[in-house]
Amino acid sequence: MAGSPDVLLEVKDLKMYFPIYRGVVQREVGAVHAVDGVSFNVIRGETLGLVGESGCGKSTTGRTILQLYKPTAGSIHFDGVDLVALKGEELRLMRRKMQMIFQDPYASLNPRMTIAEIIGEPLAVHNIATGKEIQERVEHLLELVNLNPSFATRYAHEFSGGQRQRIGIARALALQPSFIVCDEPISALDVSIQAQVVNLLDELQHQFNLTYLFIAHDLSMVRHISKRVAVMYLGVIVELADRSELYNKPLHPYTQALLSAIPIPDPIADAKRARTILQGDVPSPVNPPSGCRFRTRCPIAEKMCAETRPEFRELKPGHLVACHFAERFV
Amino acid sequence: MPDFLLDIKGLETQFKTPDGIVHAVNGVSFGLKEGETLGVVGESGCGKSVTMLSVMGLVQSPPGKIVAGEAYFFNQDLLQMSNEELRHIRGSQISMVFQDPMTSLNPVLTVGRQLEEPLMLHVGMSKNQARDRAAELLEMVGIPNAKDRLNDYPHQYSGGMRQRVMIAMALSCSPQILIADEPTTALDVTIQAQIMDLVKRLRDELGMAIIWITHDLGVVAGLAQRVIVMYGGFIIEEAPVNELFANPSHPYTLGLIGSLPRVDDESHDRLYSIEGHPPVLYQKPHACPFAPRCKWVMERCWKENPTLDPITSDHKIACWADVKTGRAR
Repeated sequence: MAGSPDVLLEVKDLKMYFPIYRGVVQREVGAVHAVDGVSFNVIRGETLGLVGESGCGKSTTGRTILQLYKPTAGSIHFDGVDLVALKGEELRLMRRKMQMIFQDPYASLNPRMTIAEIIGEPLAVHNIATGKEIQERVEHLLELVNLNPSFATRYAHEFSGGQRQRIGIARALALQPSFIVCDEPISALDVSIQAQVVNLLDELQHQFNLTYLFIAHDLSMVRHISKRVAVMYLGVIVELADRSELYNKPLHPYTQALLSAIPIPDPIADAKRARTILQGDVPSPVNPPSGCRFRTRCPIAEKMCAETRPEFRELKPGHLVACHFAERFV
Repeated sequence: MPDFLLDIKGLETQFKTPDGIVHAVNGVSFGLKEGETLGVVGESGCGKSVTMLSVMGLVQSPPGKIVAGEAYFFNQDLLQMSNEELRHIRGSQISMVFQDPMTSLNPVLTVGRQLEEPLMLHVGMSKNQARDRAAELLEMVGIPNAKDRLNDYPHQYSGGMRQRVMIAMALSCSPQILIADEPTTALDVTIQAQIMDLVKRLRDELGMAIIWITHDLGVVAGLAQRVIVMYGGFIIEEAPVNELFANPSHPYTLGLIGSLPRVDDESHDRLYSIEGHPPVLYQKPHACPFAPRCKWVMERCWKENPTLDPITSDHKIACWADVKTGRAR
């Protein structure tokens, strides 16, 4: 797979630990194992969904890919270039190609800047356009995200959540990136607005041949927007497969439980479903369980699950899973 | 007309803000039957929470003000009661669970102390009786080592466990009505499934009526028997749950159901989306509040706000149009 022309992003054994300091001398006493050995590829032009519950490391993975954190270990190849090795000017140039859309449209836009300044800033920072040219580009970008170009002189607080998220999308598009990390872009929005933003992301992807890493906890929305889906649990990817394969024939007990936990907006279909209700909570990433991360809540865990960490293996073509007993579900 | 345990009539609540008076609830009437689970669905700002807070006397005044309405609970109008009288009803006969368990629990008191307080206050138990009952309650909501955990503080519990504590607290005095305001919204899906399972089990065991406020139609489908959909401070549709999902008849409900991708759905089509965004009402509207976003909008919609009228024996909508034909009803 590596080096084949259609792979845009290749993540290998990525680890991101955040050290914990305690005491007067601020000694390092441990680390939050936020991402602990994650490998996957993103194909050019596709949307890879990355799902999991809060604290599973999905956002950290996205941020580490964009080099907002320096990873503890592992490699990230973007268009064949190892991002981890890049520094200074080289990294800055690379950043044009990778952008991010944030979860909270209230916190991610500077309240003291006008919309034109927010969207125009990346153009100025990267010396792509100046003066009047910036203004034209901003107006064009606002049109792209279905906002009125006359909004450019207003401030973020004058807009609703959905509109703000469109502004965030326009800012991400300003540098004409090829890859966008969408970090829960719709979870702060009202239900009727979510569909608007998802449809917009879909249109833009076709128009500009964009590649998305779509991070979310809402599995039904991820199913809708993604081509392939990776499921994370406590810092590791437990399963990765094609959308319909993952949702119809999940091979990991966690994916199965996660899917069965989602309420379906249809009382008759909902009543017919078999439910697996997981016991307990997600363990702390400071001191994750030995062996398989999921074993403490897993309905089929055995002794060996505590001893050896299951390999992330390709059980069926394109369907990877990290479980010792996944064969049972094939 | 069936006998309602809780009967709300013509409730109107307003808030004074620097930008003007916000008409949050604009004449809401509905009833809750004994043992029934009623889902109240709507987006943020539709008035679903304010409706229930008004009934419970929990709207802060000022800025809030209940300008009209009645809310009968056992032939007493809750809206006419003094704070003192309401306090006896809250917690013992009607109790509430809120969205964010961390802000609803007192961080400097142990969980045990907080559970014992209503038992001593409302039921008149002694300290020791209350202690035993508190341990039982924690066990009932599925917290392991319940007895030991009474001495823990809320921050020592996880989000899902805190919500279980809230539910234990709400159920401690065996209320007739449990009002749950987005109790699972802050939780992960697997924890949400645990909580919903717990609530269903307790409902069947204890037989209380539930009002479940949520924006999530999926949650309502799995839990409620009857559903109310709110928009702009009005009830715009009311029906039994199966009827509502099989036959949504208000354009807003239709749009809401259509805009949700389903986890059991194969298709990858464009999502149906409702254009525009929900209104903030600075005046009591004389037109249908949904008209600016409605696909079926007619001339009449701009002149007259539709009333909530029955279309079948148990299905009501507030709309002038018939979404099946696109013409006036």
